[in-house]
Amino acid sequence: MIALSFRDVELALGGRTVLAGVNLAIGQGEFIGLLGANGSGKTTLLRAALGLVAPRRGAIEVLGKAASRGNRAIGYMPQIRAVPANLRLSGRDFVAGVVNGARWGLPLLGAEGRREVERVLERVGATALAHRALAELSGGERQRLLLAQVLVGSPQLLLLDEPLMSLDPSHQAGVVELVASLQRSLGLTVLFSAHELNPLLGVMDRVLYVGNGQAALGTVDAVITEPVLSRLYGTRIEVVRLGGRIFVMAGAQDMARDTHGCGEHAHEQAHEPSHDHSHGEHAADA
Amino acid sequence: MLEYGFMRNAFAAAAIVALVAGPVGYFLVLRGQTFAGHALAHIGFTGATGAFLIGVAPLWGLLGMTVAGGVAIGLMGERLAQRDVAIGLVLALALGFGLLFLHFVTSYATQATALLFGNVLAVDQATVWSLLGLGIVALAALGVIARPLLFASLQPELAEAKGVSLRLMAVLFLAIVAFATAEAAQIVGVLLVFMLMVGPAAASLRLTRRVGPGVLLAAAFALAEAWGGLALAYETNWPTSFWITALSGLVYGASLLPAALLEAESARPRAAP
Repeated sequence: MIALSFRDVELALGGRTVLAGVNLAIGQGEFIGLLGANGSGKTTLLRAALGLVAPRRGAIEVLGKAASRGNRAIGYMPQIRAVPANLRLSGRDFVAGVVNGARWGLPLLGAEGRREVERVLERVGATALAHRALAELSGGERQRLLLAQVLVGSPQLLLLDEPLMSLDPSHQAGVVELVASLQRSLGLTVLFSAHELNPLLGVMDRVLYVGNGQAALGTVDAVITEPVLSRLYGTRIEVVRLGGRIFVMAGAQDMARDTHGCGEHAHEQAHEPSHDHSHGEHAADA
Repeated sequence: MLEYGFMRNAFAAAAIVALVAGPVGYFLVLRGQTFAGHALAHIGFTGATGAFLIGVAPLWGLLGMTVAGGVAIGLMGERLAQRDVAIGLVLALALGFGLLFLHFVTSYATQATALLFGNVLAVDQATVWSLLGLGIVALAALGVIARPLLFASLQPELAEAKGVSLRLMAVLFLAIVAFATAEAAQIVGVLLVFMLMVGPAAASLRLTRRVGPGVLLAAAFALAEAWGGLALAYETNWPTSFWITALSGLVYGASLLPAALLEAESARPRAAP
């Protein structure tokens, strides 16, 4: 069965066309990496699947039904900036605030709601840290709680918007592993947007690459190629494979301007390069 | 002090207002909309003085203007958040109009002071009943929207995706804030509403990590500050509003201490074993 399909979809934001002629079908149980540069339309594509952005033309279907707001079969993780950093609420209350959140009345959980909260906390291994204030948690721990929030109500399709943003490489690997294990054990379909390709290489079934107003869905070997990416970036792209990792370069002379690695450099400076694979990054950049 | 009728009225009014302002303030702080609450109080001043002018009780003029202002701010939504210049201008303009209306009213000085800084000792029994009615409406409305409001405050984008209308939440909540503001202005005046609505809630949010206890603690702080202020005013003969703001500032300052102490503790160099 098809979990998510776009048929000749055109999406616009404020009159500007973001994506056009998008055709894709994602099967149930697939792990799809959604990649592309900043502003290429990754978030818009996710919001369209949620029914928050109406397509200018074409049709979007989620699990066989037209995309519409309030679809309980979808779990959505917005970008992390939505969480105020000074929030002193406990992680458990942060997750509990979502249970039946669209219903009127007092936010009292009841026994069933409490069980649901404990279930999702346990799923992501956050039971022990759920009593702590959100503001006291590290980026990786906070992502666990956001993932718990996404699992509330047992959705079948997860739309995750940049879960790796502003995490250092070791935490990135932890989040990717967690999502992959949830996907396998619960039989979920996952659409995981990211800046960087490499953290997802081992887990994703296919890649959905957006850029230049277009989208390409296929296996990594079919999409991460010079002709396809040159079309999506609108400039000549070189793809370099090095020790099981893939680097996408715009212009051979300017290796530092790794087109989707802008966040990576910030991390290299902010954290000691003590992680195994960050050394690889240095080697490739140098 | 309770042998005086005016003191009994003052304590009853202060209790009603505190029990509304605390919980409403909790959500105001949680949503980061305290400036909107402050703005509503100023806009209310224009309503109150306008009501004087046409011979209506100021409470109703205040309520009318704050509700209209709250709904307008809610409808403008996110766009307003970045426009502090516009908000500031509207605030000052509202105060200016309030001054003009007062100019046409004969009993200028006393009325102005009472509106700006409150005069809880002048609250009569009829006003207490009005406050009770308004308070019940505000708390009941808050009870009805509490769950989606919390959802929309914690995770707006997720709430939107799950079918919660963020704009409807903003409008309904600010209308409730308008009720609470009109109430609180009767006790501490439009200029000091912030201290009774935001002070206790901000302190509670620093001391609690759970929503339910947080709301209750905010209400308890507000009640303690309002009643404490009244008692101190009775003993010292200083203005009640001064004492309420002083207590509110004190409670908020004390709420910062645990975190500051913890930080000092962890920053202190430990002796080597």
